Amino acid sequence: MKTMLAIISNALCRITGRSAGEQTVSELLIGLSEFVNLTSPPAAAAVPPQARRLPPKPPPAGGAAQLVSSRTDQTDRPGARVVASRSLSDFTPQATFDIKKCDVHRLEAGPPVRAELTREQGLQYYRTMQTVRRMELKADQLYKQKIIRGFCHLYDGQEACAAGIEAAINPSDHLITAYRAHGYTFTRGVSIREILAELTGRRGGVAKGKGGSMHMYAPHFYGGNGIVGAQVPLGAGIALACQYQGNNQICVTLYGDGAANQGQLFETFNMAALWKLPCIFVCENNKYGMGTSVERASASTDYYKRGDFIPGLRVDGMDVLCVREAAKFAADHCRAGKGPIIMELQTYRYHGHSMSDPGVSYRTREEIQEVRSKSDPISLLKERLLSNNMASVEELKEIDIQIRKEVEEAAQFATSDPEPPLEELCNHIFSNDPPLEVRGTNPWSKLKSIS
Amino acid sequence: MAASLRCFLRSGKVGTFLVTVRDALNQAMDEELERDERVFLLGEEVAQYDGAYKVSRGLWKKYGDKRIIDTPISEMGFAGIAVGAAMAGLRPICEFMTFNFSMQAIDQVINSAAKTYYMSAGLQPVPIVFRGPNGASAGVAAQHSQCFAAWYAHCPGLKVVSPWNSEDARGLLKAAIRDDNPVVFLENELMYGVPFEMSDESQSKDFTIPIGKAKVERQGSHITLVSHSRFVGHCLDAAAVLAKEGVDCEVINLRTIRPMDVECIEGSVMKTNHLVTVEGGWPQFGIGAEICARIMEGPAFNFLDAPVTRVTGVDIPMPYAKILEENSLPQVKDIIFSVKKTLNV
Repeated sequence: MKTMLAIISNALCRITGRSAGEQTVSELLIGLSEFVNLTSPPAAAAVPPQARRLPPKPPPAGGAAQLVSSRTDQTDRPGARVVASRSLSDFTPQATFDIKKCDVHRLEAGPPVRAELTREQGLQYYRTMQTVRRMELKADQLYKQKIIRGFCHLYDGQEACAAGIEAAINPSDHLITAYRAHGYTFTRGVSIREILAELTGRRGGVAKGKGGSMHMYAPHFYGGNGIVGAQVPLGAGIALACQYQGNNQICVTLYGDGAANQGQLFETFNMAALWKLPCIFVCENNKYGMGTSVERASASTDYYKRGDFIPGLRVDGMDVLCVREAAKFAADHCRAGKGPIIMELQTYRYHGHSMSDPGVSYRTREEIQEVRSKSDPISLLKERLLSNNMASVEELKEIDIQIRKEVEEAAQFATSDPEPPLEELCNHIFSNDPPLEVRGTNPWSKLKSIS
Repeated sequence: MAASLRCFLRSGKVGTFLVTVRDALNQAMDEELERDERVFLLGEEVAQYDGAYKVSRGLWKKYGDKRIIDTPISEMGFAGIAVGAAMAGLRPICEFMTFNFSMQAIDQVINSAAKTYYMSAGLQPVPIVFRGPNGASAGVAAQHSQCFAAWYAHCPGLKVVSPWNSEDARGLLKAAIRDDNPVVFLENELMYGVPFEMSDESQSKDFTIPIGKAKVERQGSHITLVSHSRFVGHCLDAAAVLAKEGVDCEVINLRTIRPMDVECIEGSVMKTNHLVTVEGGWPQFGIGAEICARIMEGPAFNFLDAPVTRVTGVDIPMPYAKILEENSLPQVKDIIFSVKKTLNV
């Protein structure tokens, strides 16, 4: 089966011109579905008693060839005639799922092992993750076309972390992360077009083109930070402000497995615990700090225990429900005044460290492919939704198409919007100050800076 | 509280008080803490110890744990925490026991504080004050004696302030705390205990000194002396001696290093035609070097009758033995010598 999938994958890659191993078969099919009508073979669903539609037809024999059908050949595809008459009451409104138990450190109990998911939530998480996925792939494309320059650290593979955390906290809570920040920039409320336009360095970017990939900000979202580990004390400071102001808000402070060895983290853990700051420290362990695997960097890879006196959870970061339940648990812990908590999310990035890293010199393509096929966060959620009749294939495909369109439009904007005007070069040095003069490159060049 | 600790002595003049620099700083912080709930102080020993140099004496007793926070010895950590708190709406005063220790945290000062407003195109201000003693003390040797004025003044996004007397200390600290931007506030340990007269108007709770404006401490016509912090006093002492020999010095107290008040210096040079800069820091790439460059690039260059002279600390790590230490920093006689050389008298 694995070989069959590899053959299909390679064939499809050649058709679409993408390099092998980068995407799951289902993603490639989704990509191809723009050009031809496809159905993926529906899983044998456990049909709940209240569903009225007929059980799906078994997948067509003959494998890939039959999946790629022409537009005219419609009548024998499952569900083709049912689409127009499908009603919402056909879907399961809510289901409960078993999720992986979290390893705990200095905790009596961990998050629940069952998670409830409504149809609306499922579709929302799907949409969020798929949007981040497509946005990151679009950034990859734009970078290869040299429309995006400098650093570009992509988040594809880790979507469940951003989506799960956002589902567990309030918009009034705070979040800060490091440089692999595009996913969180989106979940914290910045539009795709403002993100892509920031990456392309245009005036319509969220930071007017002055920040770039690593420096995007939004209300209650503090970036986007380029210096590894520096965001962790900042996050604790934000938590201090929450505590100081007594507003019952918390701060989610993210860092990676690489940053986990920074000294300033341990300084921060000490103060956060001492002062019981309402801070969730989240280690996104994607197994590699740039090109160095966790085993080669850390004497202890139990990142959830590295806070020593701070309680910790180790969470399956590829399962959005697992992340959500753990984040809820952690948020409750903080809001109850118990002090900080550490959450290690075990996740994976498909891309290399950044766009200048192919990502295959320190790990195998097989490893990447294995994660894609077995643990892709979007696929996991999709399977759950479909196999529990919480959504239909067509519906999800429709969402995919919509997202593609949104991302494409955003990319259009990001490539056509003008660059920031030179007159604004020196603006935003100081806040709330009268205009000042800034020296240009030579003594006769006197530039103006406005707050 | 601070009032009762003030060294209060009415001089012969009407409406003046004698206040040490330490008390002026203490008063300024007290008033700003009272005025704005978002202001708080954190650092090593600032609370229960009353401050390593007693600058925050009495504040913890008055304001408590929430507003005056003792930190563990974790400069990088607590400086980052302070910056994060500023980003989230508070107005921290982050004390470094000396600025030598700020090197541990310099990434947070520069990359997290100074650059953020620019990188975010105005979305994220960082209203924070980093303060503490800077430069040489007495007998504390190389690792505890460095002047960081030039290091911090190099960076856009920061304001760097260096008060000399009590009025400077009070007005500039209040201005710094009220400023919505990161301000590096360089104090001097040897100045803490020095009393100065303060005017009545400086006692107003809203008394601030504008950041970015220098002050002419002494008018003169033959030569301009420019300095900051403790060495302003040395310049005034030199000027007093030189006056007896018929050399009339104008002494400028920079007060702010960045943004530097170049116009004030230029205006003075265009009058006196001679310039000597005096600083405690090392010569290379320092404050004096910057002043020379700026004078050359501006209108005052053509008014110079001689090249600018820099009087600086000796280009060595600070030694311990008293005689060596004394001779590592500008003394009044060095200033007098340099003035005469510049004037060719």
